[in-house]
Amino acid sequence: MPIHDQGYRRYGGRREAHGRTWWVITRAGIIERLRERKFLGLLLVAWLPFLVRTVQLYIAANYQQTAQFLGPTPGLFREFLQQQGIFVFFITMYVGAGLIANDRRANALQIYLSKPLTRVDYVVGKLATLLIFLIAVTWVPGILLLLMQMMFAGNLTFLKANLFLFPAITAYAAVAVTMAAFSMLALSSLSKSRRFVAVMYAGLIFFTAAMYQALRGITSSRAWAVISPGDVLNVFADVIFRNQNTPPIPFPVALLVVALLLGGSVLVLERRVRGVEVVT
Amino acid sequence: MNPVVKLDRVTVRYGRQQALRDVTASFPSGAVGLLGPNGAGKSTMLRSLLGFIVPEQGEMRVLDRDVKHSALAIRSRIGYMPESDAHIPGMNAVSFVAYCGSLSGLPHADAMQRAHEVLYYVGLGEARYRNVETYSTGMKQRIKLAQALVHDPDLLFLDEPTNGMDPKGRDEMLELIRDIAHNKGLSLILSSHLLPDVEYTCDYVVVMDKGTVATEGPIATLKGQGGRVFELRVKGDAAAFVQVLHAEGLECHETEEDTMRVFVPGDGLANGDDARRLFHLASSHGMQVRHLRASVPTLEDVFARAVGEK
Repeated sequence: MPIHDQGYRRYGGRREAHGRTWWVITRAGIIERLRERKFLGLLLVAWLPFLVRTVQLYIAANYQQTAQFLGPTPGLFREFLQQQGIFVFFITMYVGAGLIANDRRANALQIYLSKPLTRVDYVVGKLATLLIFLIAVTWVPGILLLLMQMMFAGNLTFLKANLFLFPAITAYAAVAVTMAAFSMLALSSLSKSRRFVAVMYAGLIFFTAAMYQALRGITSSRAWAVISPGDVLNVFADVIFRNQNTPPIPFPVALLVVALLLGGSVLVLERRVRGVEVVT
Repeated sequence: MNPVVKLDRVTVRYGRQQALRDVTASFPSGAVGLLGPNGAGKSTMLRSLLGFIVPEQGEMRVLDRDVKHSALAIRSRIGYMPESDAHIPGMNAVSFVAYCGSLSGLPHADAMQRAHEVLYYVGLGEARYRNVETYSTGMKQRIKLAQALVHDPDLLFLDEPTNGMDPKGRDEMLELIRDIAHNKGLSLILSSHLLPDVEYTCDYVVVMDKGTVATEGPIATLKGQGGRVFELRVKGDAAAFVQVLHAEGLECHETEEDTMRVFVPGDGLANGDDARRLFHLASSHGMQVRHLRASVPTLEDVFARAVGEK
């Protein structure tokens, strides 16, 4: 029997309005990652510090003699979020490296962009995939930790005294995950190999930190922190969590560095995410 | 009837290279072949119509909408089968096609149902749970067609759909394309450099050469356009004789085995008179005619005339 006899029917059903296609991409990206045991393992490990901090808060709330050294302080939340930085790094590498690189390898961009979605939809869809996982290991456990403190203490005393912690945790997590996600997505659009992208990202983080330390040692100037995204993020942490340390660079400069990083990433994405690659 | 695609003085440039030069063309509904040698600008035209490439000048309309202002609305009604190997990595066939359906606006359940249907239709029903990356070249061509069909477009852009396929697979693909265009009510534009593919599946052809439209029209009309075709084989300096034929206003192109196809324009003379004229030309230039036979005009003749004229 010729294959065309298997039939083809016209579709008369409903069609979604434009504007939700980014979520189709995000949803597929999330499902694909959650099917991988290795990744689920990584997510579980990323929540271990939360468990440890929860136990710490429980002990501090129930055993008065430990309250002095285990008791909650705004610093505890900052430390917790900064410790989560290592998981932000690994999840960014794991999820983000292949987000666009794999599509470029398989020529999938022309498939995507021949559908009724814009380049912005595509980038937002990919970005949201990474952001959701990063938020799941930063903002979500950070806020939960604050709620745990309230629950174990049985009062709102700490919270009332440190009401800024809700927006602080939100703001710090937002800056950290946005920087990681945008820079990784931009790097991912530059290559067809996810491994090469992962190496580039690791280089961006570690090489710039090492360069900062080297230049700081040579010139005795902390201003070189501008070249290290990790140290720029620390400046944000100091300001957001009201730390009295003298930052290596003024906050407006740190803000400018983050803006440049995000702007540069957007520029790279604008140039690289196209239906056809034109080489002239 | 309104054309499904209309280009008006479209110019596309890659750096200094002009890929489309002031192209004006109309594609009626039904099956239209976009024919031309490699580098003629066929793929560039399709990519411009999809909005991948912004023309330097000119206007393009697809399904009565302006490409510049309604790209998304157009793409929701178009299916595109790209020339190069393309898929979404890490997915099996049914997930990939359903995903493409969802991207085109179908609800998830409908997209999944349609994915199964179109995979059976293109002949991949038994292999639909296999990862696309493990597919052969022919299967990859079929799945590209499936993803273009899943959302039931009104217009299909097929860019070299039989590339890399074995003869049996190629025949099946052409059968599918013919069925889509003639029995399923979809319009399609088939871009190809393979004349038999276009001749078998399409009713109308736009011939491109060096970024311009060389000729366009219904294939039947173009093939029967005032004149006759002869197969001719001669002994002697064939190249010089071709020059003689050209000088006499006869189009001529060589095919396999030293046989040339000579197009004699006009319909004033009968077959016999045309043949006698060719004999006379050969003898007067010292050529020996080894084979002379009236032939049926083919799309190859149309193509050779159109491209030759440029």
